[in-house]
Amino acid sequence: MTINGESVTAEVDSRLLLVHFIRENLDLTGTHIGCDTSNCGACTILLDGKSVKSCTYLTVRADGADITTIEGIAAEGTNHPLQQAFHDQHGLHCGFCTPGMIMRSIDLLKNNPNPTEEEIRWGISGNLCRCTGYNNIVKSVQQAAQEMQKESESV
Amino acid sequence: MIPANFTYHRAASVSEAISLSQELGEEAKYMSGGHSLLPMMKLRFATPEHIIDISKIDGLSYIKEEGDLLKIGALTTQTEMEHNKLLKEQYPIFGDAIWLTADPSVRNCGTIGGNIAHGDAANDQPALMLAVRATIIAAGADGEKTIPIDEFFHGFYMTALEAGDILTEIQIPKAKKNSGGAYHKVERKVGDYATAGVAVHIELDDDGICQQIGIGLTNVSAVPMRLERGEEVLRGKKITDELIAEVSQIASEDCEPESDLRGSEAYKRSIVHTITKRMLNKALERARNN
Ligand SMILES: Cc1cc2nc3c(=O)[nH]c(=O)nc-3n(C[C@H](O)[C@H](O)[C@H](O)COP(=O)(O)OP(=O)(O)OC[C@H]3O[C@@H](n4cnc5c(N)ncnc54)[C@H](O)[C@@H]3O)c2cc1C
Ligand code: FES
Ligand code: FES
Repeated sequence: MTINGESVTAEVDSRLLLVHFIRENLDLTGTHIGCDTSNCGACTILLDGKSVKSCTYLTVRADGADITTIEGIAAEGTNHPLQQAFHDQHGLHCGFCTPGMIMRSIDLLKNNPNPTEEEIRWGISGNLCRCTGYNNIVKSVQQAAQEMQKESESV
Repeated sequence: MIPANFTYHRAASVSEAISLSQELGEEAKYMSGGHSLLPMMKLRFATPEHIIDISKIDGLSYIKEEGDLLKIGALTTQTEMEHNKLLKEQYPIFGDAIWLTADPSVRNCGTIGGNIAHGDAANDQPALMLAVRATIIAAGADGEKTIPIDEFFHGFYMTALEAGDILTEIQIPKAKKNSGGAYHKVERKVGDYATAGVAVHIELDDDGICQQIGIGLTNVSAVPMRLERGEEVLRGKKITDELIAEVSQIASEDCEPESDLRGSEAYKRSIVHTITKRMLNKALERARNN
């Protein structure tokens, strides 16, 4: 499989969950484990461009897949527009949910570059945050949507 | 939580999957989206010795109209259905349901075939399939099978699929003029399984007489339930507020909910009453405007 642009080859147990492979075998600990029951979204990654809860995915099934984790969304030393927006809008308190929120939001904005507030709230409904009350997360996604639209227009 | 050990196999075609399943026997399970099966394996409610991954089989992911039928390939994900133009325009009942099913990341994986084949009355698609009078197409060791939806659900997690059978396609009568459907479920929180849900599909003739009606209920019985007594009341009649009230009453009487964490039996019967009424009205409005 490819992770964050790098090709990775490994032989793993068929029951190894993708989130464990990412965190323990690859040491990419930005992907979190919250509930371990596909409810909280802390473990969200992009698999072939789609948001997936990696606690509910077998590593063996990702053979040949293209995976992106929070570590791979922006070049070293730079911020992805969503990372910048979460920073600017105080879209996090403890930060535990943030990587998952951002990975989910990337998929959301890809399919719907200019979402309404309601569409954002439904769009991140599989990602739980115990701190912020969501309002600043929604603002962050709105800011990033604007930034990303500007970027795509200028290209 | 880590599943018990198993051996993983990946099938490249339906025939390869079926012969693998025959070879490996009873202890092998198919996995498509894996979002019903893997959670159960993690909890060790399911401990299959072999997993046959069917998600990479080509050609089972499509939504198309052909002749008198709408055909949906079993591996079509719920996200693909959510964004599909044909379903959005002609079959809004799917949008109603999928919007309320799990969450977007789960829907990126979960397939319509898996949702039905799982045989769980808590899933949303079974009630919908009963309402729209679907036909299930499956491939097995002795060829293709065509299973009317009324004969598909046998019991708790039990369906007409026999060991080795793969659900390949769902067929639904094509949307007609003056037809419409609607679905709603009450859930404790976004992404939860239904406390109770109701699917309704209505077909009227030019005089507004109900020619065909299907009503399916979610998560208020052990086996996905069709409300036949309620359908009988409306078939062949002009649907009035009085008849809708009567059918809603029947729905609340005939459903078989159990008290659990999602609510008491009485509460669920009351919800079924209310949503049946609302969905009959909504489906009727859509049929009249179609
Ligand atoms: C957090 C969470 C919330 C959810 N909430 C809802 C909800 O509100 N409503 C709802 O309806 N669903 C819900 N689901 C279930 C989700 O929609 C599942 O993805 C879906 O029900 C099963 O599809 P799957 O492709 O993942 O099937 P799998 O998990 O791969 O398989 C399920 C079962 O069906 C069998 N199977 C799968 N495909 C086939 C086939 N083609 N032929 C024969 N047998 C097959 C498997 O062997 C297995 O027994 C939820 C899931 C999660 C994790
Ligand atoms: S850890 Fe995967 S969804 Fe919570
Ligand atoms: S910021 Fe703490 S869980 Fe979201």
